[in-house]
Amino acid sequence: MKCILSSGFILAIVHCIIVQVFAKATKIIFFLGTMVKYFACVGLLRSSWDQVCMAFWQRYPNPYSNHVLTEDIIFREVTHGNCLVSRRLLTKTNRAPRWMEKYLPVTMARLAYIIEDSIVDPQARTMTTLTWNISHARMMSVEERCEYRMNPDNPSWTEINREAWISSNLYGLSRAVQEFGLARFKTSVTKTMKGFEYVLAKMQGETPSRTLAEHATDRARETALAAKEKAKDLASQAQKKQQFV
Amino acid sequence: MLFGQSDHMNSVGEGCTDLKREYDQCFNRWFAEKFLKGDRSGDPCTEMFKKYQHCVQKAIKEKDIPIDGVEFMGPNKDKP
Repeated sequence: MKCILSSGFILAIVHCIIVQVFAKATKIIFFLGTMVKYFACVGLLRSSWDQVCMAFWQRYPNPYSNHVLTEDIIFREVTHGNCLVSRRLLTKTNRAPRWMEKYLPVTMARLAYIIEDSIVDPQARTMTTLTWNISHARMMSVEERCEYRMNPDNPSWTEINREAWISSNLYGLSRAVQEFGLARFKTSVTKTMKGFEYVLAKMQGETPSRTLAEHATDRARETALAAKEKAKDLASQAQKKQQFV
Repeated sequence: MLFGQSDHMNSVGEGCTDLKREYDQCFNRWFAEKFLKGDRSGDPCTEMFKKYQHCVQKAIKEKDIPIDGVEFMGPNKDKP
């Protein structure tokens, strides 16, 4: 399967694979396994590895991150080998589709806690991140691993190798939940890339063009909507007037 | 919080946001100007980090956020 992470600074034509993997099939009487959905993707940012790493720490907030509510560094250390290891804690909104909400406890928090561990190796010029949810993990667990490195064809670009594992232990619904999880994950990848581009453009003192274009589209849509409403209004007024004639 | 109102993120601990921003600012400068350039002279942000951690770790305990014992790069260990 091919997926295209659209526009702007990335011309990311990326090859993605999605496979179902049987993992951990162990139970005494019944053969119950946890199905894990695997997803892999390569993305490209038209900025140097250094810039991307700097942007990584400054990427929130951006216009595509409204679902990220809080962000904290909760561990950080420079190792003997001169690598920077960090753990970031994020709070995100946790919105389930309506069909799924039926099966969830009413008391379930509408927030999700996410951990993002990272290793920046300035000698090898690689950054590795691992991100996963620590709340609601039985219902759905999403683990994402990214490797950021210099693009071999163009040293001023950065390549992101992304892998994800999506699983669910929700009895009888795990497959459906996985499908939902995968769809949501793909949307979030697009948002992440757009957010990155935005922050990179801002850091480099450029006007994030894509966003301006989007604003323009939104504006146009709003104007069109307003005009439509106005037209409706006028029509109904005209109708009323007619009634009185 | 809507985008445009602020250029910064909030901390999970409501009272820690100012400490976080102060630290983030210091870190970003250090990361770009020293760490990435291979300059290993001291980290000027250590004190700010300590103060910020004191605040945020307390908030994590109060909110019962389950981070205790979560291994670094933990769940990825059993992946192919």
